[in-house]
Amino acid sequence: MEIPYTTEIRPDTGVYNAKLGIWLFLASEVMLFGALFSAYILLRVGAPPDMWPHGWLDVRFGTLNTILLALSAITTLLAWAACKVREFGKFRFFHGCTILLALTFLGIKSYEYHDKWIHYEIHLKDGTIADGHLVEQNDTEVVIHGRIVTDETKLYDLRAQKDIQLTELTIPRADIKAMENYAPRHNTFTAIYFTLTGLHALHILGGTCVIFYLWAFGGAMWRKDPERFTNRVEVSGLFWHFVDLVWIFLFPVLYLT
Amino acid sequence: MSESEHHEHHVDLNSYIRRCVLVFIAVLCATGLMIFASYLPHFGWPAKVAMIIAVAICNAFVVAGFLMHLLTEKKMIYTVLGFTVFFFAGLMGLTLWAMSDFPLGTAVH
Repeated sequence: MEIPYTTEIRPDTGVYNAKLGIWLFLASEVMLFGALFSAYILLRVGAPPDMWPHGWLDVRFGTLNTILLALSAITTLLAWAACKVREFGKFRFFHGCTILLALTFLGIKSYEYHDKWIHYEIHLKDGTIADGHLVEQNDTEVVIHGRIVTDETKLYDLRAQKDIQLTELTIPRADIKAMENYAPRHNTFTAIYFTLTGLHALHILGGTCVIFYLWAFGGAMWRKDPERFTNRVEVSGLFWHFVDLVWIFLFPVLYLT
Repeated sequence: MSESEHHEHHVDLNSYIRRCVLVFIAVLCATGLMIFASYLPHFGWPAKVAMIIAVAICNAFVVAGFLMHLLTEKKMIYTVLGFTVFFFAGLMGLTLWAMSDFPLGTAVH
């Protein structure tokens, strides 16, 4: 049995079925990310004064990822346009670019996660706090590349502090009261940061898998029914543009404000 | 003639590439503007956040309008999006309302 309305327009909706389906799915995605953004707003507004982080994330990486996603959105659109003019070779080239850009994005995101994972806040028994990236640790001491502060609020607004001097600090374990890395459990900022960007990264990964499938195994359908294949490319492209749209808000909210 | 056939005759790859270059430049400009706004001196965080979010919304309209073809979509898609906007606005409205809705006797920052 043939699936109806894969290429032809359904009279009552005015679009082919998959297109309406993806838009309904994207509508539910808007509410999913909307709920998380709502949680972000409440956490941020509810944070005590001077206790919300500024400058914890590297704007250079965020900007680079913004450019990568914008480029990938464009190569996705061009892949669809290439299908429309029946140039399968160009489709494969543009979608190959999309896959590479997406993997680069995920690579940079992984590096950022790793950077947070090895970043430690160490409370010492004398009341000071050592903060920095772990260099090495053993049973007797912990070595970090960072600094010591006396006031915890100094750890939050990094943008306001111009000259932060970082040195290699060797801390005996006997002097440590508590130590914790910048994992999701560290505070509400890292919790919502990892949740929002983690969910977004999962969407990138899922979209990349779909695009890879079309890129690698789409030839058979292309030869059999190019219009149906083109519509599949369009639907996957709409999802990809939505993922780009989410990042357009994630980047300023997390990296710039 | 189906919509697909209709599109087939009107898609010109070179014109799409030109359009994409313009959209990419717009996204780059918007990103630069947001970064610039975030480093502006003499502005408090609320003002900076408002400016940055305004630029981000414009950026999103460019991407949705041109890359997702929302400027030339069918009525059914606009209907779906209309419902989405309504519920999203409700979600954010409730969030903003909750920001000033503290139970009696609790601390307000």
